Amino acid sequence: RSESNPLGIQHERPNAAAMEAPVDALPEIPAHAPYLLIGGGTASFAAARSIRARDPGARVLIVSDESDLPYMRPPLSKELWFSDDPNVTDTLRFKQWNGKERSIYFQPPSFYVSPQELPRVENGGVAVLTGKKVVHVDVRGNKVRLNDDSEISYDKCLVATGGTPRNLQVIERAGEEVQKRTTLFRKIEDFRSLEKISREVKSVTIIGGGFLGSELACAMGRRSNESSLEVIQIFPEKGNMGKVLPEYLSNWTTEKVTKEGVNVMTEAVVKNVSYQDGKVVIKLKDGRVVKTDHIVAAVGLEPNVELAKSAGLEVDSDFGGYRVNAELQARANIWVAGDAACFYDIRLGRRRVEHHDHAVVSGRLAGENMTGANKPYWHQSMFWSDLGPDVGYEAIGIVDSSLPTVGVFAKATAKDTPKAATEQSGTGIRSESETEAVASSEVTPVAAAPREPQQGEEYGKGVIFYLRDKVVVGIILWNVFNRMPIARKIIKDGEEHADLNEVAKLFNIHED
Amino acid sequence: MSYCRQEGKDRVIFVTKEDHEAPSNAELIADDPNDPYEDHGLILPSGEINWNCPCLGGMASGPCGEQFKSAFSCFHYSTEEVKGSDCVDKFRSMQECMQRYPELYPQEDESAPQGGDETPSTDPLAHIQDSDQGSASAPEAVLASEDMSSTDHSATS
Repeated sequence: RSESNPLGIQHERPNAAAMEAPVDALPEIPAHAPYLLIGGGTASFAAARSIRARDPGARVLIVSDESDLPYMRPPLSKELWFSDDPNVTDTLRFKQWNGKERSIYFQPPSFYVSPQELPRVENGGVAVLTGKKVVHVDVRGNKVRLNDDSEISYDKCLVATGGTPRNLQVIERAGEEVQKRTTLFRKIEDFRSLEKISREVKSVTIIGGGFLGSELACAMGRRSNESSLEVIQIFPEKGNMGKVLPEYLSNWTTEKVTKEGVNVMTEAVVKNVSYQDGKVVIKLKDGRVVKTDHIVAAVGLEPNVELAKSAGLEVDSDFGGYRVNAELQARANIWVAGDAACFYDIRLGRRRVEHHDHAVVSGRLAGENMTGANKPYWHQSMFWSDLGPDVGYEAIGIVDSSLPTVGVFAKATAKDTPKAATEQSGTGIRSESETEAVASSEVTPVAAAPREPQQGEEYGKGVIFYLRDKVVVGIILWNVFNRMPIARKIIKDGEEHADLNEVAKLFNIHED
Repeated sequence: MSYCRQEGKDRVIFVTKEDHEAPSNAELIADDPNDPYEDHGLILPSGEINWNCPCLGGMASGPCGEQFKSAFSCFHYSTEEVKGSDCVDKFRSMQECMQRYPELYPQEDESAPQGGDETPSTDPLAHIQDSDQGSASAPEAVLASEDMSSTDHSATS
């Protein structure tokens, strides 16, 4: 550590022995990585990019227990299901309505350097060690131990371990025949497996009514139009997204999901699950029985905090995850980002967020702070959900249906769908992080085509404000797109507004 | 006319186009352009280049990141009459590097990027309006980035 190198980063000046040794003779796993990122998901990748942008020649090592290079998750429950490419499960590429095609992988293999070469490669780079798990962190010694007993020392470390899908106790108790017919959906392999199953069985039941459950239900429901697949969705709430949307909107959404071909069973609590006569039998507490061939359990995510003990990291008892400050720091030289981070949000209070854009935003921020920035979490991340091509929403902040809400709605026209939004703006796929959007230039208003109001259209498009102590802490843009910057601004201001209809005017909900 | 109803704790208001015609009287706080917490666009308030700008996609962080930064910096600070004419070597060096990674930096004659997402328009962590950047040759892609306004991420409608 010196004046000219205040962060004390060891930019590996290879020692004489390393200079002479051929690459093959170098250890497969480097003994030291200036930047060590634990976890190979979105937050880690975003951090790696941030570090490389800010620290010239940085050497970044990502350690992932998955066999895949870093990839984005949202298409696994959305776009990949709508692709008409028969090879989609191999290629994992998808075409958006605007014709642009991309892979779910953030970068192809040629982007990365091998872990072996990382200490030597001239301008540094990002290496990914796949199929290895960090099992122990020695904070005092600034090093980690992997599941194969190898050790890697670091200067700066990021914990971005994400989470593991939760299961229902009744399924865990139900025995092997049920469990091997149950999918806990999170990774590429789960998508591949479920995609195949959906073509082979007659009936699939999704347990869970939140984002993932509803998206998978809609995706498979659409398929059921071509095949004879029966898609059932069961959950305890009164409607889809019941914990997120106010009741009237949750009801409307449930009708939409039903129209996508899903048999939605609300207020359904599973009592037990068994395997009988070649069928999985789900008994509900109210006596209803569901017989199906395969279960998808989408009942939440358990943050991966196994390293807490060895690393001496605090775990949050309210939200789960590692507890970090506003700058995402847990302890000296250790930051946490993504699903596993319970962080202090200056504006909205302590929270933990399980969305893609948050992984990007927090990963980027962690990378900035690992390279000396000391910035707090401030740029609010957003999230979105599409229920098929005709209904979509974007949201920001705390969007909890237990809060009082004010919704301001206009009537929707054919122009107001996610499909139309990408066509009009030409700005790329819905699965991209909106965070990264360049502020769009003036949008020319186009008058909505006048149409007789029709039943069931009442909540065509609008904006919903979520309030806490009279301050807007969350906003949903309902079938209204490309307005996220104004929503972000309102949350950032944190002001009390006497008339939310006046605030709603700022969104120009009647225009494209 | 707007119409309002209350469903428990949730209020629902229906508004026509005419209802929303009059300008809003909602007050927003003026943004501080020098707010240290805010994300900035391509150019920082100090005049320096923000290499972490999402608008650059992965250009500054990929295998040719150093060459890119060197060339682009040179261009940015160049005071020559033909801006950047003193940077030809650096741009050449950058192009040579990029040619070694055709997957990541598609060359001019390719109509669509094949796999790599290094260039801003195809990068899943970036979201760029100029969709032609993917097929531009590297220096032009750089210049196109420069043309993007240093974006003010605070909302204006």
